[in-house]
Amino acid sequence: MNNNVAPDSKFDSNLFTRSHIKWGKKEETDNFAQKVKLYRRHSLSDDDFRRFRLQHGAYGSRLQMGYSMIRIKIPSGEITPDQLEKIAGLSEAFSIGSAHVSTRQNIQLHWVQLEDVSEVMRGLVEVGLTTREACGNTVRNVMCSHFAGVCAKEEFDPTPYSKAIAQFFLRNPVCQNLPRKFKINFSCCADHGLVRIADIGLVPMINDDGVKGFRVYLGGGLGAASFLGHLLEDFTSEDRLLATCLATIRLFDRYGNRENMARNRMRYFVNETGWDTFQRMVIKERSIVEMTVANSTLELFRFHIENEQKEMSKAQRYLKLPVLDIQNTLRGDPYERWMHTNVVSQKQQGYFTAFVTLGAGDITANQLRVLSGAIRDFSVERTARNTPQQNFAIRYINEKDLYSFYARIATAGLINPGALTIASAVGCTGTTSCNLAITNSHRLAKEIEYKFLESQHDIDDDLRDSTIKISGCPNSCGQHEVATIGFFGGASRINNSMAPTYTMLFSGNTGERGELGKTIMRVPAKRVINILRKIIEIYKHEKSGTETLRQWISKIVNGIGTGSVKGVDDIKVLLSPVAQLDPVEQDPESYKDYGSDIRFSAKTARGECAA
Amino acid sequence: MYMNTKKRDSSTSVSTHIGIPIICDTDTVRALILENAVRIVDVRKLDEYLQGHIKSAASLPFSQILEKDPSGIVDILENLGITDTMPVVIYDDTFGALAARVAWTFEYVGHANTALLEMTFSQWKSMGLETESKNNTFAKTEHTLLINHEIQADASYVDLAKEQEDKFLIDTRERLNFLTEHIPNAKNLPYTMLRSDTNILRKPEEIRRLIENRGMSFDSEFITYCGSAGTLSGLTYYALKLAGIKNVKLYSKSFREWKMLGKSKEEFKDANYWDLSAD
Repeated sequence: MNNNVAPDSKFDSNLFTRSHIKWGKKEETDNFAQKVKLYRRHSLSDDDFRRFRLQHGAYGSRLQMGYSMIRIKIPSGEITPDQLEKIAGLSEAFSIGSAHVSTRQNIQLHWVQLEDVSEVMRGLVEVGLTTREACGNTVRNVMCSHFAGVCAKEEFDPTPYSKAIAQFFLRNPVCQNLPRKFKINFSCCADHGLVRIADIGLVPMINDDGVKGFRVYLGGGLGAASFLGHLLEDFTSEDRLLATCLATIRLFDRYGNRENMARNRMRYFVNETGWDTFQRMVIKERSIVEMTVANSTLELFRFHIENEQKEMSKAQRYLKLPVLDIQNTLRGDPYERWMHTNVVSQKQQGYFTAFVTLGAGDITANQLRVLSGAIRDFSVERTARNTPQQNFAIRYINEKDLYSFYARIATAGLINPGALTIASAVGCTGTTSCNLAITNSHRLAKEIEYKFLESQHDIDDDLRDSTIKISGCPNSCGQHEVATIGFFGGASRINNSMAPTYTMLFSGNTGERGELGKTIMRVPAKRVINILRKIIEIYKHEKSGTETLRQWISKIVNGIGTGSVKGVDDIKVLLSPVAQLDPVEQDPESYKDYGSDIRFSAKTARGECAA
Repeated sequence: MYMNTKKRDSSTSVSTHIGIPIICDTDTVRALILENAVRIVDVRKLDEYLQGHIKSAASLPFSQILEKDPSGIVDILENLGITDTMPVVIYDDTFGALAARVAWTFEYVGHANTALLEMTFSQWKSMGLETESKNNTFAKTEHTLLINHEIQADASYVDLAKEQEDKFLIDTRERLNFLTEHIPNAKNLPYTMLRSDTNILRKPEEIRRLIENRGMSFDSEFITYCGSAGTLSGLTYYALKLAGIKNVKLYSKSFREWKMLGKSKEEFKDANYWDLSAD
């Protein structure tokens, strides 16, 4: 499969003759419009309509039921310039002129009037996109590492499998009414991806006999009680992929807790049953699936993979080469800074992946248009991937085109550095649009990004491999539990007044290794940035050798710090003074959340995460 | 061809008994120009006009109409050589909003036979259609002043109308502006919903579908307003007429006057929607 090619052969766009899957269906848009009218005429109950609406990817906006958030599924995070342009137009026409990249590689449009949702869906169908089952008790967007296909460490590109799984389960009767949502994440290698915090997580591997397959993890997930997924078996071959996923979903459908909404994700069932038992159940169910599934079903799945693989293999004509490091002097040249923090080389020699850093995932219509033009002109692959860090990754940029790409996206202000560093803070939408949010995590993430770039933390390589993730409530849509420093929002009484606060956690990790963060302390919202600065200051003072912030924090959490700060108690002593607030009369701003000019109070309503 | 009297046709919404459609396509306009049977009006700034404009167009920079009272507008019509029944087609380079406001003003003072060009000047040029750059002047003529009160709403009318079931108050500004504050009971129909990639307005059947989706009856009265001068809402006014709604009014002084008069407003609280904007 991998032939030697002359080193100066170039990739040709023709190599990437991917025919893009049409995920959307026009009938669904007419159907949606119809149902809205029935609902407005009171011919549909609230509950029935809500279920229907969620099955079609439309959430209710925070506290305003006349408005919806529309979640556009971007399977494997892969998106074309046409699709980006269409989203730009739809955001201007029906939303607020901006779109939002989510932590599960979806793209969201906020504040869409319910009556206009079908129009948005129409527009999406025109470019092959769908909102179907982006929400609701079903298989959600299937994620795939944005490095899949270009990662030097991957054993093979999982993208075709990820898309095949997504396509198989979309609209499939087997998963239209699960006890709760179901999440599937593919990674490319042990370092990338979010495989341990999904219901099914998959890492590509090739076994000793040269057979392609996966390490499959089951039963992970973040939230009120979080669990890391368990390895099903040493190796799951590719021809057992579908059966394994089907078996897991069928078990969840059969045994998941439909009574208790707080305990109906699969991870709770796995935990209550015990992993050994669940593992046996999956293996047994899988056999049953393999014995009983119809050939026509299997053929459908294989067909999709073959289709994708044929197209992909044309591009892989180069041997894997070592990843080249980019040496930069960082004299303060914006381009060099951007190169250092936003660009990585690919396994395909001479090609690079560049990141566009968005502030907590927000991008304007105009920026989307400029970005889509840049992708067309400078990415040989002519598609982009959105990332769980709420940014865009544009791959297959020829080295000679990197500066031109940079100059092009600069025209729309898309050259913020820091995408691959601590400065690219992740935040869920929080009180900007979610019913369950207590705090404005979205805005806090933007503030941190802004301040960190100002302080040039993005070019501080000691901080580079650390991550900051923020959720507006304990439900962890911001994935705060797998961050180096994570935060989730709450309300606390301080000096007899309510204040927005965050609970801070240390030492969470993504990747196959996966670790859940440990709770450290509570910090008022308006002190989070001060606390972060203090942590960095303490680290700089305490670090030994070349250890990074992430490594140091891991030591602290395990009580083996080598300086005067040995463990969590020690660091809390140093941080507590920074977290203090004066009474509200002297410091009223600290008793208001970001983005608000009224006194803080926790206002939540019924969540839409469950249909 | 279009000089024959035509009955009012609800599918194309012709503006009057001498039928040019209220959104006029380029073929019709070019035919009318050849027959010397139309007054084309260019509402861009004078220097832009002089650099190139549609053949036979008259220059009427938008700012000139803003301060004028009705008789002042009629003076303008007379100076542009526009008689009572002459078809007028107006265009701009700002997605149709300025042209719409001028067109509405002409209608208001009694010139019913007014239409908008279906596209902007830039779109006309990019299609390779003919332009010229000479400054056209016209022999002065007479025009009757006949105020059409039916198409205009003032603050007190709006105050009453917002409480009435058979009337819809349409706020045509962008969503974020609407959420921040708007006239109580107004519905948001941002002008951005109504335009297409190639024309100033979408096809009539698409606009109809948007209105049907909203559950709004075509027999109701629609009153449009926007932020200040009634330009965005002017465009929406024509969109609604294009869709076949018979009873449309423009609150020309718009939200700016409403606020200055200290009238009641509605605001969406409890959601930091501005933070979702990447601006």
